[in-house]
Amino acid sequence: MAATVAVEKLTRMFGSFTAVNSIDFSVSRGEIFGFLGPNGAGKSTTIKMLCGILVPTGGKGQVNGFDILSEQEKIKSTIGYMSQKFSLYDDLTVRENLRFFGSIYGLEGKKLSDRIAHAMDMAEIGNRGDEVVKNLPMGIKQRLALGSAILHDPPVLFLDEPTSGVDPIMRRNFWELIYNFSEAGKTIFITTHYMEEAEHCDRIALIIAGKIIALDTPARLKGDLAYEVYSFSVENFIEMFDYIQSLDFVSETAIFGSDIHVLCEKGFPLKRELGALMKKKNITNYHIEKISPTLEDVFVTHARKHGV
Amino acid sequence: MKIIHSATRILAIAEKEWIQVRRDGRSLILSILLPVLLLLLFAYALNMDVKRVSVAIFDQDKSALSRDLLESFSNTEYFRVQRYVRNYREIDDLIDRGTVIMGIVVPRNFESMYKSGKHVSVQILIDGSDSTSATVAGGYVKSIMFSFNRDLRMRDLNRAGISGIVAPVDVRSRVWYNEELQSKNFIVPGIIVIVMAIISALITSLTISREWERGTMETLITTPVRKYEVYFGKLVPYVLIALFDLIITVSLGYFVFSVPLRGSFIELYLIALLFLIGTSSLGIMISSATRSQVLSVQAAIIITYLPSIILSGYIFPIKNMPGIVQIITYLVPAKYLITVMKGIALKGIGASLLWTQIVFLTLYAVVVGAISLKKLSLKLPE
Ligand SMILES: Nc1ncnc2c1ncn2[C@@H]1O[C@H](COP(=O)(O)OP(=O)(O)O)[C@@H](O)[C@H]1O
Ligand SMILES: [Mg+2]
Repeated sequence: MAATVAVEKLTRMFGSFTAVNSIDFSVSRGEIFGFLGPNGAGKSTTIKMLCGILVPTGGKGQVNGFDILSEQEKIKSTIGYMSQKFSLYDDLTVRENLRFFGSIYGLEGKKLSDRIAHAMDMAEIGNRGDEVVKNLPMGIKQRLALGSAILHDPPVLFLDEPTSGVDPIMRRNFWELIYNFSEAGKTIFITTHYMEEAEHCDRIALIIAGKIIALDTPARLKGDLAYEVYSFSVENFIEMFDYIQSLDFVSETAIFGSDIHVLCEKGFPLKRELGALMKKKNITNYHIEKISPTLEDVFVTHARKHGV
Repeated sequence: MKIIHSATRILAIAEKEWIQVRRDGRSLILSILLPVLLLLLFAYALNMDVKRVSVAIFDQDKSALSRDLLESFSNTEYFRVQRYVRNYREIDDLIDRGTVIMGIVVPRNFESMYKSGKHVSVQILIDGSDSTSATVAGGYVKSIMFSFNRDLRMRDLNRAGISGIVAPVDVRSRVWYNEELQSKNFIVPGIIVIVMAIISALITSLTISREWERGTMETLITTPVRKYEVYFGKLVPYVLIALFDLIITVSLGYFVFSVPLRGSFIELYLIALLFLIGTSSLGIMISSATRSQVLSVQAAIIITYLPSIILSGYIFPIKNMPGIVQIITYLVPAKYLITVMKGIALKGIGASLLWTQIVFLTLYAVVVGAISLKKLSLKLPE
């Protein structure tokens, strides 16, 4: 079956700066496809090109079978989009916003009120219909934005960091909604810089400085990691971090909360070697254990490999 | 089907704009209160009652000639002699206290110097603190002095035996503001047109730029909405608001300034509608070009205010302008509506006599509308 979204060598320059650098990927129907990368990686730029509001400077692509270079109008009526920054009308009420966007999508009469009711129900904002958006908490605003994006029942949703700035509980709530859409056969293209969120995706593309550096399921990305990962906790971990990084048998290091993740070649007796060094330094109050890699370890490794 | 969808979208946008204006105090002030304030402000700035400048007279000569001169001032309806004084200090005091705006000082030996063929001058002291009145009063003085000189010369020539001479060229000095010394009946309609040009462009100049600044445009452009739908959806509510403003200001003119309304209201408002479509489109064009509220407001004011005042023929007669400037005045819609207002309100003539104005206003609306539709971009900035 043809992919719902597919791009080839997609590129966007701003002047001489390359924000998105010749990326290729495709997303199949019903998939939750994650775009994971730090700020400035080119995630929003990519999404905007897919939505038909920013013209690529190179490459090609299609969404729902429509060309992103020439059929933007058709793309727009078959997608739902949630921009990174909340951008509905905050001087309108929840219901007025939904009415407005519903009408813009060509819904009328009973169909319109049914879809509004459905969207409010889905987003669990049924009791706040007459509140002016400005006064709502961020989590509710984001659910409203999602509700608004699905009013016309589009087969594809583009969500640009939909959960940024929302507390973890709200974030989990939001993901429940995303799973529901996916189960209903909708394709979801979502960007994030939260590693744990990326774990929820069917597949993820790691994007850094406009380049996709890895693309696979979360499990395979972690499984393909060429290193073993140890979690090391010690009292003054900030000082120790530099020391550990300088050891020649350590391939990668990363800080997780107050723990240091130490990556080394598979099969290397890290526990013993590091233990010996600690003893020499007269440090006894430490803990080290082997763990299964997280996406962040994968990310750090790939990023380092690409010189970031 | 497509047309119905478009109509639905246009209505949705218009309704949304209307809700936003209604909820936003600043927009309400801008679109309802500001036109009224501007009308009053301009009406006072153009000072319709400078007719009757109060003067103090210090006649040091007390000769026949000086009496002639002073009579030519007191005989006009433009001056009222408030006081005859005996020294400069008194004039200063009267001006300071605001009792008079102007002092006329005739020097000693005024007549004898004139008779011996010397050049003599009369000193005029004007209160410069009210620059408009000062300018107008200065204009009156120049014009009176000119005719006084001319009469004097004629008299001399007649005396010298040359009779039956008529001054070959009758030059009249001009007063800048309200040059023809028109009454408020002529001033108020012009002010209404200028205010409406400013207001209609101002309120629309915010609409597109506000959406870009708040980020809502980014959501709007990912929907299947079309350019012309956004354009008309934004145009319609603001043209209606502007029409409402026009009705308010015309009513103010009628009730507060007692400007007569002899012709048909309906015709006046219908022609004004053409004007408002043009100027509102101009605001939309500015708004889409700048994408910034501050910039678009400034641009809208400058682009409407100055040409409407300077190039509309309202203050400076177009026939006295250099050729190229005269051509430019055809691009100023206020020029046509001022003629229409004066024609319909003051002379009571019908639309059938104003077809040139109607044609130009229609052209303006269509051309500016087309350009602003073209300028309106539903793409992110490059
Ligand atoms: N309109 C623009 N003009 C110039 N540079 C831009 C523009 N939009 C984005 N960029 C740059 O492109 C890069 C990628 O931006 P973006 O796609 O927003 O990143 P992300 O969404 O991953 O945080 C950033 O360095 C950003 O500064
Ligand atoms: Mg972004």
